[in-house]
Amino acid sequence: MKTLVTNIEQQARQLGRDLRFMEVCGTHTMAAFRSGLRQLLPDSVRLISGPGCPVCVTDPSYLDAAIELCGRPGVIVATFGDLVRVPGTDSSLERERASGASVRIVYSASDALVLARECPSKHVVFLGIGFETTAPTVAWAIWRAARDGLRNFTVLSAHKTMPRAMDMLARDPGMRVDGFICPGHVSVITGVQIYRFICERYAIPCVVSGFEAWDILKSIGMLLGQIVEGRAEVENEYSRSVGEYGNRAALELMNEVFEPRDDVWRGLGTIPGSGLGIRDKYARFDAAKVLDVKFTEAHVNPLCRCGSVLRGISTPLDCRLFAHPCSPTHPIGPCMVSSEGACAAYYKYERVVA
Amino acid sequence: MKRDRILLAHGGGGSLTRELIETVMLPRLENSLLKPLDDSAVLVMGNSGYAFTTDSYVVTPYIFPGGDIGKLAVCGTINDLAVMGAQPYWLSLSLILEEGLPLADLQTIIDSVHAAAAEVGAQVVTGDTKVVERGKCEGLYINTTGIGKITVPYWLGSANVKPGDAVMINGPIGEHGVAVMSRREGVAFQTSVTSDCAPLWPLVKTILDTGARIRAMRDPTRGGVAGAVCDIARASNVGIRLFEEAIPIGGEVRGACDLLGLDPLTIANEGKVLVFCGAKDAESVLAAMKSHPAGRQARIIGEVSARPEGMALLRTAIGGERIIDMPTGEDLPRIC
Repeated sequence: MKTLVTNIEQQARQLGRDLRFMEVCGTHTMAAFRSGLRQLLPDSVRLISGPGCPVCVTDPSYLDAAIELCGRPGVIVATFGDLVRVPGTDSSLERERASGASVRIVYSASDALVLARECPSKHVVFLGIGFETTAPTVAWAIWRAARDGLRNFTVLSAHKTMPRAMDMLARDPGMRVDGFICPGHVSVITGVQIYRFICERYAIPCVVSGFEAWDILKSIGMLLGQIVEGRAEVENEYSRSVGEYGNRAALELMNEVFEPRDDVWRGLGTIPGSGLGIRDKYARFDAAKVLDVKFTEAHVNPLCRCGSVLRGISTPLDCRLFAHPCSPTHPIGPCMVSSEGACAAYYKYERVVA
Repeated sequence: MKRDRILLAHGGGGSLTRELIETVMLPRLENSLLKPLDDSAVLVMGNSGYAFTTDSYVVTPYIFPGGDIGKLAVCGTINDLAVMGAQPYWLSLSLILEEGLPLADLQTIIDSVHAAAAEVGAQVVTGDTKVVERGKCEGLYINTTGIGKITVPYWLGSANVKPGDAVMINGPIGEHGVAVMSRREGVAFQTSVTSDCAPLWPLVKTILDTGARIRAMRDPTRGGVAGAVCDIARASNVGIRLFEEAIPIGGEVRGACDLLGLDPLTIANEGKVLVFCGAKDAESVLAAMKSHPAGRQARIIGEVSARPEGMALLRTAIGGERIIDMPTGEDLPRIC
């Protein structure tokens, strides 16, 4: 561990300028805070948090739609726990549940499928959010429901894919990223080469990283090494889990059920081709179509800066709502709710230092 | 935004629970005995001090690896007395049963109640039984109240911790929470972790018998070690630093927490006690703990300093430092 830090210090000194590395994934953000590794880095190396927290990038209009759905008679909304506390325009799933709505926390899409089988007189809507890591499991649930002819299970999909969002960030003149620390578990599914275009088009080095503190430190060292040598390539720090080409079966299943579509990211706006819609072939499992869900523009607190936090332009400390009144107990923006959100990480682990 | 209803997270033992106590309970009920908000109230009658506490148990499933709701209801109350330095004597047992509960399950649970109480020489001396319609509760809920006699001539309260004190724990953390979660509907995973649920009085007595001046003890139940040290840092207005490498955590508990995205520091324990004592007494207290079967794996896991006032910090394994935050409430699983 010491050698890793010394190595980073040496290379940073050699480069002699400020460097900004984005950890794209919320799991990396949390690991970096939880392990305290940020304090081991030299002042010239800054970690900025990216858009890789699924709850955080979910547009508030999606939450409003989910909140409306859980109040419909005969509907059970099944969701990952992180979503229940995120405020929509004027409620949250947690509050609706307290008022009697049917909201069930599940740990996977297949749990939601089981729920649908157990409650044949109800309609179970699974809130499908997440990236390439989660989407194949949801695709499997839909595929399985189709095979078994299940009639009371649908998915409200807001699944997203990572490379397009990184493309948008790399292109954004308002921000400067000197290197991307890419999520290892996405590459377990997709392989490592999905980021190559970032290196080629923008000359920004990428390292696919594991999630232990030493993985992240090693990845930072690898990014610095590339910069020192004037390279911009995709390197794989997480080779113990990630192969060059990913998981073919998962990719095929994802492709069977989902198709790329334009999607709205909180803070980033609409990114062409960055979302995963359910193909027409599986339309009867698409909650948006089956239940005729209307997405209307949501109203969020105008002072909330989750949007620019997700783009790496602001840190949570720049937000006037941070800590007072926005806190994990009374969150205003999604980055304070999610266990992987940057605001929650700052609040939980670094507010003294701030 | 409407905030006019009780949320599940209000019962999580974290910051929302505290907020409920501070905004709803205390303004209406405040008195000098309630105000310290310790694990038990301390009552003085004649020349003797008594600890008085109550707790309700709603765990699902009501039988879990390593115990059941009956054992839990007795141990929880005994432990709240024990950490105040009180020997448990008398317990009440109030049952709320769901129509249709198998009688055999009830017998098993009452046997557990008896066994746990007998282990510390306490008796159930009063009780109540109610039955509600099917669906109105999950199997059964239990409330226990306990009275114990304080055995030390000083006050063991969470406000007594001082800079320079050592922080100790009697064994690996997170076992109760992980054992229960592993059997919960929708999460079920394979693990051999069993609940650490156990009455702490015999261990506490061993500690007190050393004659060392203990400042405070706390059983880190809901909210885990994190919730307990945050509470104590705040009540004593001191800084508490824990050393990540020193905190005993079993491999399976660590694995389950990684899987579910939970911090082991926030997971519930039912047979653990955090002990705060002056640094010069630390070694003798530690030796006493290790001499007892419930304290074989005891360790010094942290120290107390004057700053930062009212906060708990973790010195991480790789040498960084971060805040230990009061858990908010209901533990949510992560999703990717």
